[in-house]
Amino acid sequence: MTEPVEGTGKHGNPLNSLAIGDDCLVLSHRLAEWITWAPTLEEEVALANLSLDLLGQARALLSRHGDEDELAYLRDPGEFRNCLLVEQPNGDFAHTVVRHLLYTAFLFELYGGHPEDEVAAKGVKEIAYHRDYARVWTLRLGLGTEESHRRMTAALADLWPYTGELFEDDPGLRAPWDAFVGGTLREASLAVPETGQRTGGRRGEHTEHLAALLAEMQSLHREHPGARW
Amino acid sequence: MTLWEVFVRPRRGLSHVHVGSLHAEDAELALRHARDLFTRRQEGVSIWVVPAAQITASSPDEKDAFFDPAADKPYRHPTFYELPEGVKHL
Repeated sequence: MTEPVEGTGKHGNPLNSLAIGDDCLVLSHRLAEWITWAPTLEEEVALANLSLDLLGQARALLSRHGDEDELAYLRDPGEFRNCLLVEQPNGDFAHTVVRHLLYTAFLFELYGGHPEDEVAAKGVKEIAYHRDYARVWTLRLGLGTEESHRRMTAALADLWPYTGELFEDDPGLRAPWDAFVGGTLREASLAVPETGQRTGGRRGEHTEHLAALLAEMQSLHREHPGARW
Repeated sequence: MTLWEVFVRPRRGLSHVHVGSLHAEDAELALRHARDLFTRRQEGVSIWVVPAAQITASSPDEKDAFFDPAADKPYRHPTFYELPEGVKHL
């Protein structure tokens, strides 16, 4: 792997392009898992669209560290630097919405702090839409039916433990993230859960879910190395 | 779920044109789905979504009464004017 020189951005922290590239790749794959399973055709297209945005960003970021295919398909779970949040399973639609809200609210702030970085400068517009999409669904489900509110509450409780890790590299992003996520949850009449925190993804210590995701994502390439369409 | 009709304005200065329909729970989601379904290739600069139930349409059965009377009135067409040079979108 090669080590790129990263700009330091507005907050004085370099963009960790390997970690963020892995975030985008893993979350992209999670969203792609919805294909043929989404509740409606319209939603399926929307999720695939979000997935493709993230895949594009992952490719650009990972290419800075070497061959994108080798990085995506030939690394073991312990070599991935993605945060634990993005590898969590899709669960029900509420889990997918909450995961997307929590993560893209972070990525939006991160990219916004790195106007000097080509991927971040372009990606912030895409991620602004992702964040908005997740916000609209959070409001809809939080204020929807008793059942949708219950599922959103459960999803928040499951995923909140993975949010602290997002700010390990750049604690300055926490306040604007809190303002956006907290405001959205309040508006959706959802409570911020009080949970413990789990970290480790950025050091390669992942939950068991990443291995299963990679086993599927990498199976074709590992079986037929170098295969082309 | 409600059925929505989608109208997209391709460029500034042109009218919104009907491009298709979709299902969504509410207007905000309909607008976002419309963005994902119909404007992925820079087809537009503005989108309208309208609940299909809110559109009152003429019926094919009324075609004769509605449209035939205009058939033999060619003087209603503006074809007797010279088109000035440089006029676009006409």
